Amino acid sequence: MTAVTKTLDASGLACPMPIVRTRQALDGLATGDVLELISTDRGSWRDVPAWAESTGNPLLESREEDGRFIFLIQKA
Amino acid sequence: MSSDEGRMTIVCWSGEMDKVWPQYILATTGAAYGMHVTMFCTFWGLFPLKRPDVKITGDNWMTKMMGAMTNNRLSHLNFGGVGPKMMRAVADKHKVAPPDELIGTAKELGVKLAPCQMTMDLMGLTREDLVDGIEEPLGAAAAMAEMKRSSINLFI
Repeated sequence: MTAVTKTLDASGLACPMPIVRTRQALDGLATGDVLELISTDRGSWRDVPAWAESTGNPLLESREEDGRFIFLIQKA
Repeated sequence: MSSDEGRMTIVCWSGEMDKVWPQYILATTGAAYGMHVTMFCTFWGLFPLKRPDVKITGDNWMTKMMGAMTNNRLSHLNFGGVGPKMMRAVADKHKVAPPDELIGTAKELGVKLAPCQMTMDLMGLTREDLVDGIEEPLGAAAAMAEMKRSSINLFI
């Protein structure tokens, strides 16, 4: 089980805010810290992996749970 | 996370709500990627940077006419103001951030909002007529210098 440093609940936010808030949240974390992102935006399912890969922040986990998309992103 | 993930320039030419929206959605997304984003706000794209209380009055017949034509005109989808209202209602329902909120977020993320000096001259606007927290006015050459080193250049 990965230790989560911080949880960002972006439920109810639409594109592009889940990614924007993720960026802001990661800016406040240290290298190696893990951010848990919760989003209800269906686009996040594609957006978060694309963003994580392009910015080099490893996406440790992604899952869908009762209409919520949950991601664990490690700060590079 | 690298602080310099490349550069993006958006030439914001339209002031219509249905175009201002994607201008700022893409700007904030670029900033979320760590990109250095510059928005060159020219012609109608300068309107979102105008203080809300400032009307374009103009100092000659031409700028006066432009003011009359453009004040409060938000969209081709206008239909007497119904269009933008409808868009706002739909956006609200789907929790999409309205343009004014996105502009605030863009500033928060360090997106550079650069007003076009020539447009300001055309519309009779001074630096004091524009909102705070934006760049000093510039021209096409400075915008071009930014575009030359950007990997993404958009004209919206």
